[in-house]
Amino acid sequence: MSTPSSAPAPEPTDASWTAATRRFLERRLPLTHLLPSRQPFFVGSWVYVFGVVAITALVWVIGSGIVLAFFGPGWFHVSALGRFVNSIHFWGVQLFFFFVVLHLWGQFFMASWRDGRAKTWLVGVVIFVAGLVTGFTGYVSQQNLDAQWIAINAKDGINATGAGSFFNVLDFGQMYGIHVMLLPIFVTMLVVLHVVQVRMRGVVNPIEPKVPAGRSKPPTDVAS
Amino acid sequence: METPATYIQLGFIVISVPNLIVIVGMVAVFLAALFAPFPAHHEIDGDGDEHPE
Repeated sequence: MSTPSSAPAPEPTDASWTAATRRFLERRLPLTHLLPSRQPFFVGSWVYVFGVVAITALVWVIGSGIVLAFFGPGWFHVSALGRFVNSIHFWGVQLFFFFVVLHLWGQFFMASWRDGRAKTWLVGVVIFVAGLVTGFTGYVSQQNLDAQWIAINAKDGINATGAGSFFNVLDFGQMYGIHVMLLPIFVTMLVVLHVVQVRMRGVVNPIEPKVPAGRSKPPTDVAS
Repeated sequence: METPATYIQLGFIVISVPNLIVIVGMVAVFLAALFAPFPAHHEIDGDGDEHPE
């Protein structure tokens, strides 16, 4: 007859991939990290606003792009409302790149790849490059003389790289499909990943953090 | 939109006026972001220990 033990029973080990994923997310991305209500004092700067402004511009670009895809060039090149939505799409892209580059400048000068954030930086680089390709395929998908001019001039440069065999800028169907389907999904997924990566590690500390009043030393780095 | 842009040439540097305006605007906004006061500063936490692991 066994006697009851006062020691706590060991937790059952679950080797399934779902349990491993759950443990990883619980350890690396608790809700307090994903939706923080407080931030370090140095985040009180407009430099930290550039990224979310770029995301806001991306939301407008995707929203206006959905409308443009539904109604088509016979609408957005002709009617007043269509040209207005087309302009929102165009200027949204300009704002997106304007603030993405400002975000890049800010993160570059504060060396935001420090303390285990290299993957976050690299995903940002891929977002920037994918955004460039998305913009280019959009320019050649406009269905006007501007698009033809850009495609005719771009084909020689792209063919010279050897990429023309699978990336044919004169193939409207390919350019349009890439522009309205593949790259928007790709960029959106990467932006979500980028934000989650930032939330997992927190915002990088300044290189020379300011010492708050009443403190004798700057905040310690918080990354694992 | 129907006329070609004006270009500025300084030695080997050639840039259109619209591109120059955008670049100058970006530098101006970046500098403004560095030095302009942030309105919510007083509501932000005083320590940097929000993400301990």
